[in-house]
Amino acid sequence: MLKVTDLHKEFGGIKAVHDCDFHVKKGEIVGLIGPNGAGKTTVFNLVTGFIRPDRGTVIFDGADVTSLKPHIIARMGMSRTFQMIRLFPNMTVLENMLLAMKNQDEGFKAAIFRNPLMRKKVKQGLVRAIEMLEFVDLHAKKNELAKNLSYGQQKLLEIARALVNDPELLLLDEPAAGVNLTMLKKIKGLINKLKDQGKTILLVEHNMEFVMEMCDTVVVLDHGEEIAIGTPKQIQKNKKVLEAYLGGTEGCE
Amino acid sequence: MYDYLLHIAVLCGIYVVLSISLNLAVGFTGLFNIGHAAFYGIGAYTSALLTLAGVPWWIALIASAIMAGLFGFMVGVPCLRLRGDYLAIATLGFGEIIRAVMKNWTGLTRGPLGLPGIPKPSLFGVQFASIDMYLLLVVVVAIITVVIVNRLVKSPFGRVLKSIREDEIAAKSLGKNVVKYKLQALTLSAMFAGVAGSLYAHYITFIDPSTFTLMETVLMLCMVVLGGAGSIIGSVVGAIILVILPEPLRFISLPSSAAAALRQMIYSVSLILMMIFRPQGIFGETSTTKKFDLRKLLGMKKPKIKLRTKKNA
Ligand SMILES: Nc1ncnc2c1ncn2[C@@H]1O[C@H](COP(=O)(O)OP(=O)(O)OP(=O)(O)O)[C@@H](O)[C@H]1O
Ligand SMILES: [Mg+2]
Repeated sequence: MLKVTDLHKEFGGIKAVHDCDFHVKKGEIVGLIGPNGAGKTTVFNLVTGFIRPDRGTVIFDGADVTSLKPHIIARMGMSRTFQMIRLFPNMTVLENMLLAMKNQDEGFKAAIFRNPLMRKKVKQGLVRAIEMLEFVDLHAKKNELAKNLSYGQQKLLEIARALVNDPELLLLDEPAAGVNLTMLKKIKGLINKLKDQGKTILLVEHNMEFVMEMCDTVVVLDHGEEIAIGTPKQIQKNKKVLEAYLGGTEGCE
Repeated sequence: MYDYLLHIAVLCGIYVVLSISLNLAVGFTGLFNIGHAAFYGIGAYTSALLTLAGVPWWIALIASAIMAGLFGFMVGVPCLRLRGDYLAIATLGFGEIIRAVMKNWTGLTRGPLGLPGIPKPSLFGVQFASIDMYLLLVVVVAIITVVIVNRLVKSPFGRVLKSIREDEIAAKSLGKNVVKYKLQALTLSAMFAGVAGSLYAHYITFIDPSTFTLMETVLMLCMVVLGGAGSIIGSVVGAIILVILPEPLRFISLPSSAAAALRQMIYSVSLILMMIFRPQGIFGETSTTKKFDLRKLLGMKKPKIKLRTKKNA
């Protein structure tokens, strides 16, 4: 599904990512972990086309997507969320969802002439958006402005927005960061549901319990370097990983 | 007196087209365009030159929209990849370049002497020479503009434009070709400004470069901000208010130099008041002044909106 080979990126001398190799198989949940500044978000940005790698390739669904524009990669079926939530704050929850919907006539000619086909698609989009909002239990808020949601609800909305097109691959950057226990459970439940549906997910998360419980494979980065890759059990016993996490007691029970 | 009122109404109509088209770029898409008067001027000169050369008015009207749109596109291609603030500087420069060309390409534009004797329009034998007829024409064009721009912004297309204003990166992550949409928004915006330019040229029947200045763009921006960025009705009301507001000055006998200065002062004072007490404009949903909060600059902690908004709205 996703194959990353020999990925390198430097920011003015800082090696943010180097020698990064891993792959995500269809239906698998892969966790990307590492201390702060390890380069996890940079890997996400490289994979989704927001920044260009200095070296290396990203293969998605058999196609080389290295250095393609982010909107093109997104249309190929790769959806992502951001570590710092990126919603459209002054638009409603529903509008946020509708914007993610593919198969909408978003051209200006359609806007001016309003043909019946476009209206039909608008209706279909609306139905699907509301379905998805019900799935994540946000439909009661559908006419609220996104900026008026709580932090946890915003995280949930961002995930829902990334999911609405049934992406081939979902990338979640710290989906559980900063949310309370109830919301954490909700997000876990959601990811479990997606797992049961056979979705393919690559996620970054600092909550070790969460990662160990959810992921099939874990990739560990430290200072931009890939130091370990394996099942959660293997990772928990890996010496390098324990060292990277300063003695390794933190979270790695 | 009657003719004077009709004259004001015609100006209102032209500025409605200008402020709505500017709002499409600035308010809805978040493109800080401060060269709108240049598109207005390009439309005016295109239409004037073509009709003076004997081309029928309606063809000249369409040509002025296309010409202005073409320039919008050409400015957009290099600029829209840049971040917001750079676009402002680039369009500012573009506006000045266009004005310099109007002034100095005397072979075409007669420079500062201007183009006199622009014919009044006629269509299917109907003459729009009298002021009543011209008002009718302007009102029709203004209404068409309102309808089209309203359709544009209240559609999936408009939703994408707003999402670009809100968060470009998120829009990209949802598969939107942000550069293409910005380019389309700027081009459409410029086309309507071109139409307004044509309306103006055939109304006044004389144009010269001094009309299409930065001050003119600032006036249009004031209309957008006063009415509310991202609001169609706001642009209509903003344009009408700012056309009418300085008019009473005409009836006080003031030396013309003082009158001009006073006009500018009225614009700026109304804008400053607006930014302090209702930064989102009369009908606006969102503030255009997130980045430079005037209230903070003036050391006012909490805006006292309650009473004043009612008066304004
Ligand atoms: N656009 C950029 N320009 C310059 N340096 C950057 C840029 N993006 C990231 N970096 C640097 O690259 C390194 C890796 O950052 P990155 O955001 O990928 O870390 P991370 O693993 O996601 O950390 P965290 O867990 O804190 O989110 C850091 O040293 C960071 O300062
Ligand atoms: Mg990160």
